[in-house]
Amino acid sequence: MEITIVTDNLTKTFGAFTAVDHISFEVQKGEIFGFLGANGAGKTTAIRILCGLLHPTSGKAEVAGFDVFKHTEKIKKNIGYMSQKFSLYEDLTIRENISFYSTVYGLSDYQIKEKTEQLLTRLQLHSEADKLVHSLPLGWKQKLAFSLALIHDPKIVFLDEPTGGVDPITRRQFWDLIYETADEGTTVFVTTHYMDEAEYCDRISIMVDGKIEALDTPDILKSQFKAATMDEVFYKLARGTSTK
Amino acid sequence: MNSIEINNISKSFGSKKALQTINLNVEAGEVFGLIGADGAGKSTLFDILVTLSKSDSGTARIEGLDVEKDYKKIRKIVGYMPGRFSLYMDLTVYENLDFFASIFGGTIEDNYELIKDIWVQIEPFKDRPAGKLSGGMKQKLALCCALVHQPRVLFLDEPTTGVDPVSRNEFWNMLKNLKRKGITILVSTPYMDEAILCERIALMQEGKIMAIDTPSNITKAFNKPLFSVKSTHQRKLINTLRRFDQAYSCYFFGQSVHLAAKNESVSAKEISDYLNENGHPEIQVAKISAGIEDCFIELMRKTA
Amino acid sequence: MNELNSFIKKEFRHILRDKRALLILFAMPVVLVILFGYAITNDIKDAKIAILDNAHDELSIGLTNKLVSSGYFIQEVSLHTNKELQEVFRDGKIKLAVVFPNRFAESYYHDNKVTIQLIADASDLNSAVALTNYASSIIQDYQKEIVKAPVQKPLFETTVKMLYNKELKGVYMFVPGVLALILMLIACMMTAVSLAREKETGTMRVITVSPLSPMTIIIGKVVPYLVISFIDTLIILVLSVFIFGMPIKGSFLLLFLVCLVFLFAATSLGIMISAFSSTQQIALIVSIVILFLPTILLSGFIYPIENMPLALQIVCQISPAKWFIEAIKSVMIKGTGFVDVWLQLTMLTVMIIIFVRVSIVRFRKTIA
Repeated sequence: MEITIVTDNLTKTFGAFTAVDHISFEVQKGEIFGFLGANGAGKTTAIRILCGLLHPTSGKAEVAGFDVFKHTEKIKKNIGYMSQKFSLYEDLTIRENISFYSTVYGLSDYQIKEKTEQLLTRLQLHSEADKLVHSLPLGWKQKLAFSLALIHDPKIVFLDEPTGGVDPITRRQFWDLIYETADEGTTVFVTTHYMDEAEYCDRISIMVDGKIEALDTPDILKSQFKAATMDEVFYKLARGTSTK
Repeated sequence: MNSIEINNISKSFGSKKALQTINLNVEAGEVFGLIGADGAGKSTLFDILVTLSKSDSGTARIEGLDVEKDYKKIRKIVGYMPGRFSLYMDLTVYENLDFFASIFGGTIEDNYELIKDIWVQIEPFKDRPAGKLSGGMKQKLALCCALVHQPRVLFLDEPTTGVDPVSRNEFWNMLKNLKRKGITILVSTPYMDEAILCERIALMQEGKIMAIDTPSNITKAFNKPLFSVKSTHQRKLINTLRRFDQAYSCYFFGQSVHLAAKNESVSAKEISDYLNENGHPEIQVAKISAGIEDCFIELMRKTA
Repeated sequence: MNELNSFIKKEFRHILRDKRALLILFAMPVVLVILFGYAITNDIKDAKIAILDNAHDELSIGLTNKLVSSGYFIQEVSLHTNKELQEVFRDGKIKLAVVFPNRFAESYYHDNKVTIQLIADASDLNSAVALTNYASSIIQDYQKEIVKAPVQKPLFETTVKMLYNKELKGVYMFVPGVLALILMLIACMMTAVSLAREKETGTMRVITVSPLSPMTIIIGKVVPYLVISFIDTLIILVLSVFIFGMPIKGSFLLLFLVCLVFLFAATSLGIMISAFSSTQQIALIVSIVILFLPTILLSGFIYPIENMPLALQIVCQISPAKWFIEAIKSVMIKGTGFVDVWLQLTMLTVMIIIFVRVSIVRFRKTIA
């Protein structure tokens, strides 16, 4: 199996504070990898490093085959990113958003046209294509934002708490899209607070105070911690350390 | 006695119907949950109840007081925590609490008893600006601020959104303690797993209440046999199951797929045989009882 | 009362903890006054002047030489009649004319009283003022030279005549104008933004769902900015009096009353703006549009209102700054009393009542 993300004793310190403390893990091509941790556990710092936005203090990491020290620009070209806030332009139409993001990633006019069609078909948004994003229901914005993060066919897509606040059916439609993407060979790296969301991932890592304290499939973690739910696993792991 | 009474409340914003004839009673001392996604109308309902906006039609009473006529009296007896923790981020923890105590004409000391359990957890940081606290700490401080005038009814609008599981867990424990002190609590959340922590819940979707009952009664009302099905490949599994002639509905539930069958007669073996025929490896099928989320999905399907 | 106190205390904490706000509140007034002050005092060099010497005696010739050799002035033409004087000004050849009367020396030595007339083109007001000031001081110097004995002699009297802008609008205009601008900025914009911030962060919802009345919230927001902008008023007045020699001819009490009423108008306008804005950004933009345009363009600060078309003149009447600038000018420069500014004060008071009324109605309606 091809490895798309690998870290080896990756560490980031800010002054005396160690935000990321010697983390080592590998993520495979087409895997849905859940990256969990309490507020302040170091998730955000780790993701910033993996996205090429922040230099680590020590250790090694490669994303899509590129070194996080030397080739941050190449990393940026090979990853997609979708955050909770979606980064869609609410005052532009769906079509305009698509063509803007395509341009950002240097797609040619022909490719843009093709991509737009492909995307509208996949999301069944043809009839809405010229409506302002502002008027879309939350669930559709979410799917659109996700598709735009994939517009340049990245090897890895980072999802930062993607499904907060939507109803159970919409959420499942969203996960359907994620599964489809992973099946096509894109690695999906998901951060979330919500354990029910975590259960959809192939494997989960849980960060506590800068360290990865657990890493495995949800089922194995549950049996390992003798817990009925992932929530319980998380609680057992993080208890006492994040109540500071 | 009912602490909160809502009768036929409706509200629209332009052409969007935010609330459609909502009826709801919350008993005194009850922990009542409004469960629904963003845009379901939870916050709109909260705004009306805490006297921040008026309904288009219908009436609502808090502790017997009308939300429109007696809004001044209501404001003295309710505590309100809006969606985002509405703290002054540039003021310290102590200054925030002191300010909220004083605008109700009281002091922290007068009301210390009620907030003591929560306050001791944040007291070590009392000189830190609220903006520099972690999400869980902000949540606790916001709760203290909403409680510092000893309200009889507490309105918590999505208090656990954006907070990690440990803090969420602690938060619900705090609510249990408050209930013991006789405070009525109306709490909203988009997270189904928090529903079972409430005594009664209302499931909301698109401005309507789909069901009101205790969590256990709501799950008991799920009248189809439900199975949890696992195999190695999620997407292939669900696609196969959707073609199963006895399948009423199939949805991902984490690592498994929940399959509701059309007939009582369908057995786990029947499903597992069907999957075998279709070449799925490592099949696990178990009959399960429905959770709130299964019920929510089912109610959504029915109302859609 | 206790509630109000703690609200005001909280408000001061916000202000004192925000370094950028402090910079705007206290550094900006000083910088603006100094900037405007120096931008307006231009340097004079080789200005073209005309001499109308009706005397042609030793003193008038000596003084002409003194003026021309100072380096500040160049004698463009010698004139012989008053008619010529009109012409050279109309042609724009010169900026200043010096007129010596008949029997200049004789009058000086025997009548103990003599007047030199300085005529300036006041359409360029700033340089007109500067030129007459320079010329006057050269004339005074010359007089000291010719009085060799320590005999007390009366000074030459210089009379200054401004052409084309007889009332000298704008001479000391910049101080009232800058004062109006800065007070608007602080009292109005800062109030608007700070209230809009509470809406944006959601704290407004919590304090609304408390027994605090809308009036208490409004007063609690107004008082701190009122205090701070009053301190700014003092800073600006002190700077303009001591650095730029702005006179304060009227009573201090009346001056402060005028400032205070204007501050109330500005803060209540700020409250009204915030009542219609849901975010800090909107509040900021609306403040800039509502404040800066009328305060700079429609208040008489830069462009005299009398010269505007009628429609604009009418629009000017609703600019609080217009009334404030009028009132403060008459108190500071003319030294008038309360009777002469009652109209301005009344207009400002009416505006305050309207702003507060509208805000409260609006707050009640859309509380969140």
